[in-house]
Amino acid sequence: MLATLLTIAYLVGVIAFVFSFALFAVWFERKVSAWMQDRLGPMETGGFQGWLQTIADAVKLLLKEDIIPAIADRPFFRLAPYMVFIGTLGAFVVIPFGAQFVGADLNVGLYYVIAISSLVVIGILMAGWASNNKWSLYGAMRSAAQIVSYEVPIGLSLLVPAIIAGTLSMQSLAVAQQGGFWNWNFLRVPPFGLMAFIVYFWASVAEVNRIPFDIPEGESELVAGYATEYSGMRYAMFFLSEYANMFVVSAIAVTLFLGGWNAPLSFLDFVPGPIWFLLKCMALVFIQMWLRWTLPRLRVDQLMGVCWKVFLPVSFVNLLVVSFWMLWVR
Amino acid sequence: MNDNFPILILLFLVAAVVVLAFLALTVFFGPKRPNPDKGLPFECGTVGVGDARAPFPIKYYLAGIIFAVFDVELAFLYPWAVAFRDLRLVGFVSMMIFLAILAVGLYYAVRRGVFEWK
Repeated sequence: MLATLLTIAYLVGVIAFVFSFALFAVWFERKVSAWMQDRLGPMETGGFQGWLQTIADAVKLLLKEDIIPAIADRPFFRLAPYMVFIGTLGAFVVIPFGAQFVGADLNVGLYYVIAISSLVVIGILMAGWASNNKWSLYGAMRSAAQIVSYEVPIGLSLLVPAIIAGTLSMQSLAVAQQGGFWNWNFLRVPPFGLMAFIVYFWASVAEVNRIPFDIPEGESELVAGYATEYSGMRYAMFFLSEYANMFVVSAIAVTLFLGGWNAPLSFLDFVPGPIWFLLKCMALVFIQMWLRWTLPRLRVDQLMGVCWKVFLPVSFVNLLVVSFWMLWVR
Repeated sequence: MNDNFPILILLFLVAAVVVLAFLALTVFFGPKRPNPDKGLPFECGTVGVGDARAPFPIKYYLAGIIFAVFDVELAFLYPWAVAFRDLRLVGFVSMMIFLAILAVGLYYAVRRGVFEWK
């Protein structure tokens, strides 16, 4: 009984974290972009640095009319935000925030994360098709082609830590990297651990549809891609999931390659694990924002070419060398 | 696995309830002023031509098919990665043969121009 209550409390905590993180990340991205472009960004709402701005925006979206186009496929149009949100939130349950902070330490955790985040693609396709709008359809098709293509290098590079640690449980993967930053997976089997990390990180930026991989919703060509017909709170659900997804991909990268909640050096162990974990995740989220405000958008042929002709062969070679290394050299 | 299963179900339910609650709030607070023009699909302000149930390039379909092949491969690779240390040489060689066959297929697809988007 107590265990059930603790689980429910943990889930509520996770959801509260997801919402506050998404609101914070939107504000943070505005600040980062303003800083990079020598502007101020939001300054008025809430006093200090406009910290209330995104909350005000959320309230505004809540007060908007809920419009569903007359020729839309109503059941699927309504279902799509649920799929996207469940797919995003589902990943949080196996992410280890600290030694004791994990919702469910599944023995197939890594596999579960990959499976559950595929729900997002289905939600996006559903949204694009059900909107019955040309912008939405093209956005959804591009998005689906991009996400499923980059799913393959992601899956192959996530195998590298799984082979090194011999487990798929997220918590065991983090525990296996204890004892200083030289045990973290991105420094194992040099330079192949690092290559796997780079492939994963680049592909995951594509997975969350961010610049330079944002052709699915490039506002200058496709209005808003698959979300064109969505307004008010339904749109906010997609927006929220997108920012929460930035955290999910960073958290997976941190858990698998950057030592999870472990301190970089053992004398820093007095700082609690969750703080290390969040610091590392925020660093990766910041890099994603930095990329967005630095790089131009790729073309669709470059996008597919990079994935299938560069990332995929590189991941194959990575897998080959790492498994060879684990069998004979180590 | 079994004691974790209820947590996952609970999570899905909680997530669905959260979305439902927000959408219910917006229906409750938001204005309701229906108008035939609001129901039109957005097409940059002009009156829409036809609907979106139109053909789109077959390239997407090809990318989807090739993805399905490699995703099934991934599904084989994950259990292999865990059992890898016990399988030793047999596991390594058999998986490399499997990967080699897929790599030949990928090379064929690349040479046929499946990923040349024009």
